[in-house]
Amino acid sequence: MTTTPAKASFSPLGFLRAIFLRVGVLPFFLAAALVIFSLTSQAFLTTQNLMNVGRQSVYLILVSMGQMLVLISGGFDLSVGMVIALSSVVSAMTMVALLPMFPDAVWMVIALGALAGFAVAAIVGAINGVGVAIFGVSPFIMTLGVASAGAGLALFLTGGVPVSNLPFVFGDTFGFGRVWNIPVPVLIALLCIALMWAYMAATRPGAQIYAVGGNIKAANLSGIDTRRTLIRVYVLCALMAGLTGLLLTARVETGDANMGSSMALESIAACVIAGVSLRGGIGRVENVVLGGFFIILVQNGMNLAQVSSYMQMVLLGLLLILAVIFDQMRYRMIMGHR
Amino acid sequence: MTQESLISTHGLGKSYPGVKALDRVDFDLRAGEVHVLFGENGAGKSTLISLLAGANTPTEGEIRMRGQPVTITSVADAQALGIFTVFQEFSLIPTMSVAANIFLGREPRIGPFIDHRTMRREAARMLADRGFSMDPAVTVAQLPRAQQQMVEIAKAFHGDLSVLILDEPTASLSDREVDNLFEFILRMKEAGLGIIYISHRINEFARIADRVTVLRDGAKIDTVEMAETSEAKLIEMMAGRAITDIYPEIAHNPGETVLEVENLHAWGVHGVDLEVRRGEILGMAGLVGAGKSRLFRAIMGINAIEGGQVRFMGCDITGQSTRRVIEAGLIYLTSDRKHEGLSLAAPATENVAIDLMMGTCGKGPIVQRTKVRREMARIFDHVEFPERYRARAIAQLSGGNQQKVLFAKSFCHGSELYIFDEPTVGVDMGTRAALYRLIGELAEAGKAVVVISSDLPEVMNLSHRVVVMAGGVVSAELEGQGINESDILQHFFKETGATT
Repeated sequence: MTTTPAKASFSPLGFLRAIFLRVGVLPFFLAAALVIFSLTSQAFLTTQNLMNVGRQSVYLILVSMGQMLVLISGGFDLSVGMVIALSSVVSAMTMVALLPMFPDAVWMVIALGALAGFAVAAIVGAINGVGVAIFGVSPFIMTLGVASAGAGLALFLTGGVPVSNLPFVFGDTFGFGRVWNIPVPVLIALLCIALMWAYMAATRPGAQIYAVGGNIKAANLSGIDTRRTLIRVYVLCALMAGLTGLLLTARVETGDANMGSSMALESIAACVIAGVSLRGGIGRVENVVLGGFFIILVQNGMNLAQVSSYMQMVLLGLLLILAVIFDQMRYRMIMGHR
Repeated sequence: MTQESLISTHGLGKSYPGVKALDRVDFDLRAGEVHVLFGENGAGKSTLISLLAGANTPTEGEIRMRGQPVTITSVADAQALGIFTVFQEFSLIPTMSVAANIFLGREPRIGPFIDHRTMRREAARMLADRGFSMDPAVTVAQLPRAQQQMVEIAKAFHGDLSVLILDEPTASLSDREVDNLFEFILRMKEAGLGIIYISHRINEFARIADRVTVLRDGAKIDTVEMAETSEAKLIEMMAGRAITDIYPEIAHNPGETVLEVENLHAWGVHGVDLEVRRGEILGMAGLVGAGKSRLFRAIMGINAIEGGQVRFMGCDITGQSTRRVIEAGLIYLTSDRKHEGLSLAAPATENVAIDLMMGTCGKGPIVQRTKVRREMARIFDHVEFPERYRARAIAQLSGGNQQKVLFAKSFCHGSELYIFDEPTVGVDMGTRAALYRLIGELAEAGKAVVVISSDLPEVMNLSHRVVVMAGGVVSAELEGQGINESDILQHFFKETGATT
């Protein structure tokens, strides 16, 4: 096309367009949510409530950052919810089993329990990664199959009964503890956000994930080991879900095989709303953090407005589809008029 | 020649916000003529045909069919008027058979069921009528590109076709396939069809064109009778200036041998011996499917090697992963930049940055931002990629500028051997000259260079040495004065032959 540069005058519509192209639909959704929910409930727009939302959104944000890695690489991970459950169950059972043997070394027991939770998460991630990268199974089928297998395993291990009697300090520290008056889960999430941001913005392995998602064949011809990159992405995603499983276990003080069942959908929704492209290659950590916060904010607003939890599921599903429609529009705009 | 026009445009224009893609163009096509559209990438050729084909709607002006104003708002509208377009990207379904593709959406039926026998018989007859020989039962994906194009053309001959638009039909065809296509075009012309033909290959025009319309920057420069013009004049009209010679003079200083290939076997390659030297451009000629591209794709670790040996600067790199081969000092520029060369939604800068991180600016896990930025600016300047396009998504760039980005990517690894696979496919004349200069400079700087090309003049004019392949083996090796068209062509069809 012949391109004569557009006149550099400021127009509000052009400004909104630029935001949409750069960030996606999230700022518009966020503004709409804030307006709607502050109209429906007095309690919504209070510091207390927003702090509360921030604290609750920690778990979804952690999972969503992992999900983001997979989405940027051009796949998606439906097994994150299962990884949360499995790491919860495995770490809880490990702690419960070890505690009577080492009653004086509670911290060692907790560390070993956490290690077991991370290990099982890493294994699941590696299975996903090898299936997708080496055997060429589509991410949809691979992670769906693994999700079913893992969920079955978690239920089998526990017989469907929640694992209780965890060391008291575990829940007291990682579930309800505060350092400098900031909840420990929030601190951990802040640390992860900082690390993830640095990883994606300033390291070569991070840049390789964008390249693989942008065009995997081109990435190969640029000298990137695409298989290793894909496996790494699925392992990192599962580790983030594993961490979430541990934090949730500490919060509810039980290992539960039913934990995190809605996380796959919610984390994909958080990412897509935050402008992560389902085609891969596009997505930013800071927006995904905001995306996770947004989903919890909407749930909180709906709770305050006394929307039933069944109706909330309906709305969340519709919101996801709406976000994907906007993602399509945005992608077409990025690619030029076609 | 009948003077009444079959289809004509009057002040036809298309603008996007801030961009005038086509600026009030008057164009007319007569029955029984081949009318060439000529211009650089971005000159408006694609826009003009997309309006005629119904893929886009004009913002001003009108289209007349046999003098009657018509509105074309969809591809179906255009086809109902008898206008059919064969785009560079085919509209075939690769998993279906040739016959099923030809009859897609209008399958012959017995009751509610598709009548496969009639369909196959009719398809075979239609193909034979057009002079195309192929089995209608074969799956499209298994056909080479030239034959896929024939299927695409055969699809056009339902209903009454009066205008056939061909968008760079010869871009990836070998010379013999081009001959077949031209023969077909001439037959259609005699049958009274009007043919709009888009191509960058100016040496084809004299063979088929009746008239040529030159476009530049979205506007029509002129329409001329082919018989009354010359290639030089057309190029001058296209570029707005005289381009004396697009092929540079490249010094030949052959040095040490860097790449040695011994009895290599791979997919489509059946025992090839080859040497590539520093300071020399090795041209790889042959038909599409002769194995010239597959040979180097196997060396690069893209396709599996089944036997033989590859040594690079003394190291055995046989069967290594692509990453290892690139680290060893080879780099391959794909012929298919859209599907395996570039990340289309990402800006040019991001496409090049990843290569710098994998290549000369890649030490440790942390990205060296300043170094990457400095190197990128240097490389972009070197390939003459304009500053204003650098932050743009690749999909929005012209073919020529996309190719410059691909070149830039390959200059990021500090490689010793550069393999260019069809380096100027879909690239305009001005950019081609620039790309040839870059290729020449590499050889003169003592790098080893391989140019794989189906464009015979390109191979002949750039190469110091030409290896011709046919049927997966080397059929000839020509050097210096021995490089001429008839000798190369003679070896295109020879399956086995002594190396001269």
